[in-house]
Amino acid sequence: MTRSAVRTLLLWLLAMLAGTAVVWNSRFSADMSFFLPAKPSAEQQVLVDQLKEGVVSRLLMVAIEGGDHGQRAALSRDLRAALMQRTEFVSVQNGEAAGQGHDREFLVDHRYLLSPSVTPSRFTVDGLRLAISDSIDRLASPAGMALKPLLPRDPTGELFALLGNLDAGTQPNRHDGTWASRDGERALLLLLTRAHGSDTDGQEKAIALVRNEFAAGAHSAGINSVRLQVSGPGLFATKARATIKEEVTRLSLISSAGIVILLFIAYRSLTVLALGLIPVTSGALAGIVAVSLAHGTVFGITVGFGTALIGEAVDYSIYYFLQSGQRGPAAWRERFWPTIRLGVMTSVCGFGALLFSGFPGLAQLGLYSITGLVTAALVTRYALPQLAPATLPLRDIAPVGRLLAGAVDRLQAWRWLALAAALAATALLFVRHGDLWTANLSVLSTVTKADAEIDMALRADIAPPDSRYLVVVNGADRESALQAAERAGQFLDPLVTAGLIGGYDSPVRFLPSQQTQAARIASLPSGEELRARLGEALAELPLRPEKLEGFIRDIEVSRRRVPLTRASLDGTGLALAVDSLLIERPLGWSVLLPLRPPGGDRGITIDPAAVRNVLAERGEGQLLFIDMKAEVDRLYGDYLGEAIRLSLAGLAAIVLLLAATLRSPQRLAGVLLPLLCAVVIVIAGLHIAGEKLHLLHLVGMLLIVAVGSNYALFFDRAGRHGQLDPQTLASMLVANLTTAVGFGTLALSTVPVLHAVGVTVGPGAILAMVLSALFAPRQTGSCGAR
Amino acid sequence: MSLRLTATFLLALLAFPAAAGFDIGQLMSELAGNKGGRASFVEKRYIALLDKPVVATGEMSFTPPDRLEKRTLTPKPEILRLERDTLTIEREKQKLTIRLSNQPEALAFVDSIRGTLAGDRTALERNYALYLAGSHEKWTLTLLPSEPKIAALLQRITVSGNRSRILSIEYLQADGDRSVMTIEPIDAR
Repeated sequence: MTRSAVRTLLLWLLAMLAGTAVVWNSRFSADMSFFLPAKPSAEQQVLVDQLKEGVVSRLLMVAIEGGDHGQRAALSRDLRAALMQRTEFVSVQNGEAAGQGHDREFLVDHRYLLSPSVTPSRFTVDGLRLAISDSIDRLASPAGMALKPLLPRDPTGELFALLGNLDAGTQPNRHDGTWASRDGERALLLLLTRAHGSDTDGQEKAIALVRNEFAAGAHSAGINSVRLQVSGPGLFATKARATIKEEVTRLSLISSAGIVILLFIAYRSLTVLALGLIPVTSGALAGIVAVSLAHGTVFGITVGFGTALIGEAVDYSIYYFLQSGQRGPAAWRERFWPTIRLGVMTSVCGFGALLFSGFPGLAQLGLYSITGLVTAALVTRYALPQLAPATLPLRDIAPVGRLLAGAVDRLQAWRWLALAAALAATALLFVRHGDLWTANLSVLSTVTKADAEIDMALRADIAPPDSRYLVVVNGADRESALQAAERAGQFLDPLVTAGLIGGYDSPVRFLPSQQTQAARIASLPSGEELRARLGEALAELPLRPEKLEGFIRDIEVSRRRVPLTRASLDGTGLALAVDSLLIERPLGWSVLLPLRPPGGDRGITIDPAAVRNVLAERGEGQLLFIDMKAEVDRLYGDYLGEAIRLSLAGLAAIVLLLAATLRSPQRLAGVLLPLLCAVVIVIAGLHIAGEKLHLLHLVGMLLIVAVGSNYALFFDRAGRHGQLDPQTLASMLVANLTTAVGFGTLALSTVPVLHAVGVTVGPGAILAMVLSALFAPRQTGSCGAR
Repeated sequence: MSLRLTATFLLALLAFPAAAGFDIGQLMSELAGNKGGRASFVEKRYIALLDKPVVATGEMSFTPPDRLEKRTLTPKPEILRLERDTLTIEREKQKLTIRLSNQPEALAFVDSIRGTLAGDRTALERNYALYLAGSHEKWTLTLLPSEPKIAALLQRITVSGNRSRILSIEYLQADGDRSVMTIEPIDAR
């Protein structure tokens, strides 16, 4: 080894060590942030927060199946009792009423601070008369009967005013005092985890805890015919992570093994094989380092994408070894490097377009691929020649090349068939363009059909809150956010009256702003005053003032109270309700006001346009109205629209680059035609095969052009120099096969992002090569096949 | 408890002679023949806390076998609608929906009226012991809760009527408060 070779090797080793150190300290993640927008709008920010931290993302639905009614109910009670002990769960509901009594007591005690009806006019003689006669009237109704015992303490009906606003929502059916499915065959529980939805470790731990406690409960009860089902965002997140982890390992192994076998067949030398893997490993490592440094977190899917990249990055060393074999590195640099360099640049144009995506996953894939490819190419160009011995123990692959050249020559007679296929594919795509693409973010989800069905079934039975429609207001601090929520309530109340919405939740129901509470306390009269006014107010009512001593006492107590703070709610279920709706952000506080549809559980939905109109008229732009589902759809629409623009931009960049380099419209057309034909044939083929096309297939189309151009350029170069020697042709075959193996392996993935790219680019790369060969000028045979 | 037992015993004694001439089976089949219809009602609630009873008036209609609507007009409009398994109460722009299968106590309450109106002896006997007194022309049916949970809320229900017509329903609550509803049919034609 020469001194410069040693230096190069040392430098390379140092770089690799540094890279490994970075990777070692990188944060890897397999959560949904892959899909969440990098630069969210205000509405999308709410969506992102809800998906990561919101109550909805922390709900786990649990069903107990098998056994009989009694066993299931008993196990449900046991499970609830066990989970309530654990700090991992904020609430565990199964229909048992415990806990509610405590909350009710709290509401009764603080009713004069909490009830929206508490104003100075409420305690005038007229106000008292009206409120008390209303309460008496209410006794005539079955709805008022439950309030009868409290009447002597609460004759103005503040608890009714408080509870009246609370719609308990739809509650599941019950059997033996615990929730059961509609068919009665399953016991149900609804859990709220302390861990955020984005905390996959926390979710995994919580789910494992549920399973363990259930197994322990069933075991100690001696029941073994029961099963547990869990569903919810947390379960999907942990399953997605497990799937990605497992597949990344498995697919990398398959792809690496395939490529190594291919290379060994081509090289028949372990030394060359080992040398050939240097640029690839350098590239793969550099890709992860770049992503880690630029994004902070490396997505599991990005690592999985490395599987495909290995297949392409290895091409450069294949060209180097198989093309420089006879002529030596210097000649290779002169003859082939410009073509390879142009190929690398077109690939960079293609992957580079992804860098600008607002879809963080795509941006990472772009950065990873560019860094990986450029590093692999540079290492091949500058380091490999130094590291490789002067004479390589390579076998001559020219015979394979000659065979290929002959085959290409014979096949070129069938060019028209390829053109016809491309035309037919174009026609098919044109006719079917309306139903080619799936316009739904869920196609990118790893949730399996079976899991989705379980989730739907549990959701139908438990009817957990879904918070689809939200109004959001903001404030600089907690107090101003609560005041903003109180103002928002004034805009929302008319919507309830108008029947546009059924109601709404608000944190100010249990935690009014300090200002409002202080005003309510100030509006309470003294005991003496109240006694005097009551005497007058009750004159014509069938209730004698001496029965209301409890009322006067409670008012006196309330006058001395200080306003409730968030800490006052600790230990009640109300704290949870407030915390889920009052959220601290880096810049101030936000209040969420989920809207309920007017028809309650009848399934009648809110008309978002009508609500938006009314709020726009009266809300003066302070209220943000959000339809979560529409936001998710819009998010995917944005991604898709952006992917279309970026793909076109990437394509334009490739075309410009080629035009500038080739300087001939004819040659440009010669390079592009086979690539575009490959794209349409692959997409038509996927459509015919029943594949649901989405955003990542679109990206795959761009990558066919970016990757396929490498092969087309060799044919173009050959056309210009009037020869494509057998070694070159054979090297292209090997390079193409490794690329196809790399991308093709991704097609085996059940992760839709990876699968789509694999199933598009794998066949696309082969087709690009074959079509380039078919459309190449007909003087390929320098080897005498002509 | 012993008081209730005694009351039950007394009622049983009272009911016995009538059973010979006019029994629950006959009453039930007569009531079951009801085609439904509309009636006005006056409901008086006697509440210990108040000096005077609270009076509510309105209309009710029954469509066999399980649709019942009670429309209170005074003092405050309120609509109580019972349809199969669902009880809805609409009052002051608020709507409360209760699924009865989740609320056995409410179901028992509802069944006492609906079961009587429909002559559904099975539904009535699910939660109550039945005692009949009087004659075909003037009968009194007493329902005593057999479920402890219901007995904790309700001492007894007394329904009186003439042939297939129900004239009054009285609820005596466990705390001693009671309500009496008198019913006057409105001729449909």
